[in-house]
Amino acid sequence: MLRPALLAAALAAACPAHADDADLAALRAEVQKMKTDYETRIQTLEARLAHAEASAAATAAQPAAPVQDVASAAPSNPGAFNPEISLILQGSYAHLRDLPARRISGFLPDGTAPGTTRGFSVDESELVLSSNIDPYFRGYFNATLNDGSVGVEEAWFQTLALGQGLTVKGGRFRSGIGYQNEQHPHAWDFATNNLMYEALFGEGYGNDGLQLRWVAPTDLFTELGAEIGRGANFPGTDRNGNGVGNYALYGHVGGDVGDSHSWRGGLSYLSTRAADRHSALADFAGADVNAAFTGDSKTWLADFVWKWAPLGNPTVHNFKFAAEAFRREENGSLDCTDGLCGAGSLGSYRATQYGGYAQAVYQFMPRWRTGYRYDLLDPGSRDFGLNNVNLPRSDYRPSRHSLMVDYSPSEFSRFRLQYTKDKANEGQDENQWYVQYIFSLGTHGAHSF
Amino acid sequence: MKAFRLFAFLAAAWPVFAHAALNVFACEPEWGALATELGGSDVKVYTATTAFQDPHRIEARPSLIAQMRRADLAVCTGAELEIGWLPVLLRQAGNAAIQPGQPGYFEAARQVALLEKPAVLDRAQGDIHAAGNPHIQTDPRNIARVAQALGARLAEIDPAHAAAYQTRLADFNTRWNAAMTRWQAQAAPLKGLPIAVQHEGFPYMENWLGLKQVAVLEPKPGVAPSIGHLAEIVAQLKTTPARVVIRAAYQDPRPSEWLGQHAGIPVVAMPFTVGGSDRAKDLFGLFDDSVAQLLKVAR
Repeated sequence: MLRPALLAAALAAACPAHADDADLAALRAEVQKMKTDYETRIQTLEARLAHAEASAAATAAQPAAPVQDVASAAPSNPGAFNPEISLILQGSYAHLRDLPARRISGFLPDGTAPGTTRGFSVDESELVLSSNIDPYFRGYFNATLNDGSVGVEEAWFQTLALGQGLTVKGGRFRSGIGYQNEQHPHAWDFATNNLMYEALFGEGYGNDGLQLRWVAPTDLFTELGAEIGRGANFPGTDRNGNGVGNYALYGHVGGDVGDSHSWRGGLSYLSTRAADRHSALADFAGADVNAAFTGDSKTWLADFVWKWAPLGNPTVHNFKFAAEAFRREENGSLDCTDGLCGAGSLGSYRATQYGGYAQAVYQFMPRWRTGYRYDLLDPGSRDFGLNNVNLPRSDYRPSRHSLMVDYSPSEFSRFRLQYTKDKANEGQDENQWYVQYIFSLGTHGAHSF
Repeated sequence: MKAFRLFAFLAAAWPVFAHAALNVFACEPEWGALATELGGSDVKVYTATTAFQDPHRIEARPSLIAQMRRADLAVCTGAELEIGWLPVLLRQAGNAAIQPGQPGYFEAARQVALLEKPAVLDRAQGDIHAAGNPHIQTDPRNIARVAQALGARLAEIDPAHAAAYQTRLADFNTRWNAAMTRWQAQAAPLKGLPIAVQHEGFPYMENWLGLKQVAVLEPKPGVAPSIGHLAEIVAQLKTTPARVVIRAAYQDPRPSEWLGQHAGIPVVAMPFTVGGSDRAKDLFGLFDDSVAQLLKVAR
């Protein structure tokens, strides 16, 4: 620190020849001044250092002294307010028989049967954007992208600040009925949908409308929900009307048993109407006929889930059991054309049908899970009225056995191998093999129970 | 008339009956213990997880939603530790008081300076936290800082008992400072102790006690090590030896046990949080036990 002063002094000493006495005196004075200047500065610094050391010692002895405001500052990058974005990549290799059509005997399912592409294929990619809109609302958007088509799976807002256990959701959303219904295909435990949901809804029941949920202030988890909406999706149809097209009611209860077990059970009811809802059926001659149903469709669903993990830590081993069952009553008329029905044969239609599935998935070592699912449907009682002469009413019970093994290198990637013995269509047993991948890119939100 | 009197009495007495303790939902046991220290009988604490559960991987169970529904204050670590389950609870509980941004939502990690902020955010780096390492409870100085803020927050939410919270905070500070002085004196021999850790869960403790972390068993945060990777670490420990391999109580014991056996060093299961060992019954026990366990192997 004294270096400049020394330098000045050295310079002063080095050029005496060119300096007269007065200059020399001035120079000496200046050097002296610099010296004192630096000395005072050093003293100040030493004092400050001593002070700092003292207070550091004090902090060490009393580290809980008044809290410093070291609060981690929120990230200040301009992207911080952008919605969370995630993309699900899904694809599979399916080894299936070459069948003209895959049907569920005795049921009038949605026209499109999913997962019937043979060989390699890319499933729909899901693009999800979600964010809190303001302190009062949260928004969520989920689109499925495929060749030449974009589907809006969900697009809704949800309240955050109603309180009292109330939440309102509005827009297009997956209904809260049942257990699996709110899950998108990437969250399923198997590569294919269960037979019950395939028969009831195609994939899952979505709707444009409003949902009100209430969580009770009790130790036992108790949730009640009510939904109204357009009711345009299977098993209803779009009826181009004002007012409420359908409604759904449901209740769930759940809790823990010790640290290791948790469960949830529920009961749901969905009431909707269909007008001219098309399904393909086979007549007594085995020919395809076109059947259009008009009437009421009422579905009861019961669901139960039980999860186990040793001490509640699922990292190494965990087990999940889920089962659902339904009863559907459809009442109205069926207009049958083609085949034995000819140009058109209008008869009444009355059906009470049942079904369900039960599945168990076990993680036997970190990253590896195996699971088995059993599906069974009961065609129940059906009455086609006048069309009883054209359409067969077999008592065949569609069923399926599925066995899978999956491997998840991380929580964002999963590979799955599945074997399914499919007996959904009478006289058309099939051995199916699936190899599937599921990748989740970006900020993928947490999954529900 | 009698019925009316009874009704009037009940109506007048209702606020007395209705005045329940403040419901605190603690995401992790350390914050549950701290809320109990500072809240005493004025709070009813529900702790969502145990020391034997991985706080990164918790199911958003129905029971947790039911508890969150009634909470007046949620005390969580934050810094993305609970990102896999807390947002679901907050959304499904229908409780406006504990939404982020409300006084009823408290994040402990906001009260301390976080270590290990990643320079690059890439999932190829494993399960990293953008805000920094969230396992702040392994340094008692952090507990002290969080206690200040939590005490103030309790007083803010429940002003009727503000004085009681302040008294308990002052009392806690006194006891905590004394305990810290004791732990620091006891832990003096631990300075510079080379350790191997199973998960990057102890940077704050290492910082506090001056431990030297020479190896991490997980190849990436949150990724379980393979035998091949562990064998590499055994080889690496031959050149830079560690005196002990430590893991948190909730972690799979196999990787650290395997390493301990093959590298010939003791294995310590640290309580990591309150309830993680028999001695770690409260926050004081947590550090008593943590320091004692390390001293045992350092001798």
